[in-house]
Amino acid sequence: MKHFSDLISAIEITNKTNAKIDALVDYLKIAPEKDKLWLITLFTGKRPPRPVKTTLMRQWCLEITGLPEWLFLESYSSVGDLGETIALMLPDPTHHIDKTLSDWMTELKALKPKSDAEKKAYVLHAWSGLQMQERLIFNKLIGGSFRIGVSKKTLVNALSKYSGIDANQLMHSIIGHWDMDTISFDDLVNGEHINYDNSKPYPFCLAYSLEKELSELGQPEEWQVEYKWDGIRGQIVKRNDEIFIWSRGEELVTSQFPELVTILQNFKEDFVIDGEILALKDNAVLLFNDLQKRLNRKNISKKMLEEVPVGFYVYDILEWNGDDIRTQPLQYRRQLLEQLLSSNSAHDTLVISEIIEFTDWNELDAIRNRAREFNSEGLMLKQKNSPYHTGRKKGDWWKWKVDPLTIDAVMIYAQKGSGRRSSKYTDYTFAVKKDDGLVTVAKAYSGLTDKEITEISRFVNKNAIEKFGPVRTVKPELVFEIAFEGIAFSNRHKSGVALRFPRILKWRRDKSVEEIDTIEQVKLLITNPI
Amino acid sequence: MKLIKFTKKGIYCIPGKFYLDPWLPVDHAIISHGHADHARRGNKFYLCQTDSKAILKHRLGADIHVESLNYNEPRMINGVEVSFFPAGHVIGSAQIRLEYKGFVVVFTGDYKVKNDYITVPFEPIKCHEFITESTFGLPIYNWLSEAQLQQQMHDWVQRNQAHNRTSVFLGYSLGKAQRLMKLMEGVDKMFVHSAIHNLNTAIQDSGIPLPETELLIYDFKKEDVQNRIVILPPGLLGSKLIKKIPNAATAICSGWMQIRGNRRWQAVDAGFAVSDHADWNGLLSAVKATEAEKVYVTHGSQATFSKYLNEIGIPSAEVKTEYGTEEEEVELITDKTSSQ
Repeated sequence: MKHFSDLISAIEITNKTNAKIDALVDYLKIAPEKDKLWLITLFTGKRPPRPVKTTLMRQWCLEITGLPEWLFLESYSSVGDLGETIALMLPDPTHHIDKTLSDWMTELKALKPKSDAEKKAYVLHAWSGLQMQERLIFNKLIGGSFRIGVSKKTLVNALSKYSGIDANQLMHSIIGHWDMDTISFDDLVNGEHINYDNSKPYPFCLAYSLEKELSELGQPEEWQVEYKWDGIRGQIVKRNDEIFIWSRGEELVTSQFPELVTILQNFKEDFVIDGEILALKDNAVLLFNDLQKRLNRKNISKKMLEEVPVGFYVYDILEWNGDDIRTQPLQYRRQLLEQLLSSNSAHDTLVISEIIEFTDWNELDAIRNRAREFNSEGLMLKQKNSPYHTGRKKGDWWKWKVDPLTIDAVMIYAQKGSGRRSSKYTDYTFAVKKDDGLVTVAKAYSGLTDKEITEISRFVNKNAIEKFGPVRTVKPELVFEIAFEGIAFSNRHKSGVALRFPRILKWRRDKSVEEIDTIEQVKLLITNPI
Repeated sequence: MKLIKFTKKGIYCIPGKFYLDPWLPVDHAIISHGHADHARRGNKFYLCQTDSKAILKHRLGADIHVESLNYNEPRMINGVEVSFFPAGHVIGSAQIRLEYKGFVVVFTGDYKVKNDYITVPFEPIKCHEFITESTFGLPIYNWLSEAQLQQQMHDWVQRNQAHNRTSVFLGYSLGKAQRLMKLMEGVDKMFVHSAIHNLNTAIQDSGIPLPETELLIYDFKKEDVQNRIVILPPGLLGSKLIKKIPNAATAICSGWMQIRGNRRWQAVDAGFAVSDHADWNGLLSAVKATEAEKVYVTHGSQATFSKYLNEIGIPSAEVKTEYGTEEEEVELITDKTSSQ
């Protein structure tokens, strides 16, 4: 496992995608055939089910080290990863086991139906025969994410660099149906088991943020204006009765959205359409937070399908019965799209993106600012004559987002992050004034630089009240400007309000806690009380 | 017997009328070692171990009033016998042993129990009361042997050279830098930053030999440094100087690098868990070897370590001091020792 262990070490230390890709390529050059297949399996979420429960692993670690459970938990909250905590706490190895990645995986797969006693004997033998880093990897092979920033896309780019094969084709190959026991690595990457002609996507056309006055865009009638949605930009490819859904990150996400596939199967035509995957319920768009519940799941339960149904707002059509129509003007493509959707029964799942009627540029600003009321992020402005560009090109398509709402709040709790952020306090809870005290309004964890996080962590260490556990109550002193996309009354929150997508905009070092907002001021921001 | 008292200014010896590593200015300070959180400015009189004297003068000013003692060379101060014993932390670091009417208190300052082959190794001392640090007082901190660590680092340099890269190690100027020099001795030519170079000169001038290094001058020639080894204080991470080093592969050297999240926190190419503090088992073995009836735990994981000692039957209490911080981030972010 030495090579695999070196690979993980090389990948985990760098935050540069290219360095990760180079490390993967180096590994692919020397790894045995079966190990390469396992590598793909592990990093595409196709790993076998966990053979040993974490509670058992934790219990065995405590037995071996003789340490109390509270100390284990204290250590865990410092490390932020269970497999790593165990690997660090175990005593030095007494012997050295050298097995290939595929040997380990085969054994772990076979371990699943065994008794707890047999599992224990196996795991303990492995633990005492592996160095720290190898032990960590072994624990990760049993289950859990490596959390080293290797997405399917990174893996595919590495495979592409190694093999010279087109990355999107490789994406289809590794996502497609294949069985480790019957396919060779070469056949897999060459796509012997798939027909790439059926799935091949087009590059997405992307928009820049509006950077000029509307009047400079020309006549209003030259523009098609639509709402901008905050979901997952997607491309649906339907050719020869096969259906593929690509995300903007060039990952194949077809299996995550079965309801879309079902609807698409009713269509007779072949086409490629561009749009937004959204959580849609009763004809309304739900929050991205809701959509998130549906993402990256191995199995989507019936309950989940009912609670967060997914739909697709269609923006554009790129291919029609085999013809690439991207160079045709938007106006023409839109007509075709309307035809396609009106002649098929797509229910409420496949919905054409509404065109906003307006005659004067001055009307648009008010429309944009109302967008928040139904969970839209703002507007998209598209030149009616524009082709479907490859990538980001200035001039024809603009996005024009709503301005975020902001408040000043004070930090009252801090919690350590996970993965790369496990060493620092990165997750904060903020409060505003209520009567003579404070009331929690938001939790946020993004928007600060590493340097600021380090500084805040030092403040937390100095000013924390608790000594144990992951959460620290801190002196209300640090003031932050919190931005959010929406606000509504809420009975579930103590403050009586719920913020949508709160994030830290700025650390207001210039403000003291006396200057933060009151809950009354925050409630005034609610424009559409329900 | 009450020999010591924890005060706002620092650890105070009642009959001796002096302070140990005070953080506010006092008349009479006994200093465990030269790091800035232990040896502070503004004291009227300093007493330290012989090898620390040149370091203190270098950092606090040549005009300070300082005297020194060798290891295990007792001096009576107001009826208290004061002596220094090796702490194995950095060059000149000492545990301070106080004896008064047969009652013994030992203050460790900072220490590590394993031999780094450049610092006089740690020596356990029996005492009634033991004041220990706890920087790495969690069972997840267990260091590799010096030989294993050296192998890892040598392999890294070799891999860098195979890819035409210059190996840059970051470690604070006093202690870590000399340790890295020792670990890398004989591998290739080593360049050091002026902050480290000046300290090295002070150490060598007081008669302590160090591995051979060359000063990294500001306008160095790229071809001289290419593929070699460079040792810099951690504060230089992201600096202009480090960007000038051709094809630099950068490694942070600190005990905190034991944890993946810490290694990945800063955009560097490697992290080596090289620490001048005792690891979990080191702390436990040191505490047990003293056979102390009471253990005071200072800076680090004091709450956790102290609670654990009580659970295993060693009476213990935590003490708030101004040494380090819980996370000891100072070491990672700014080179506190060269920020003077």
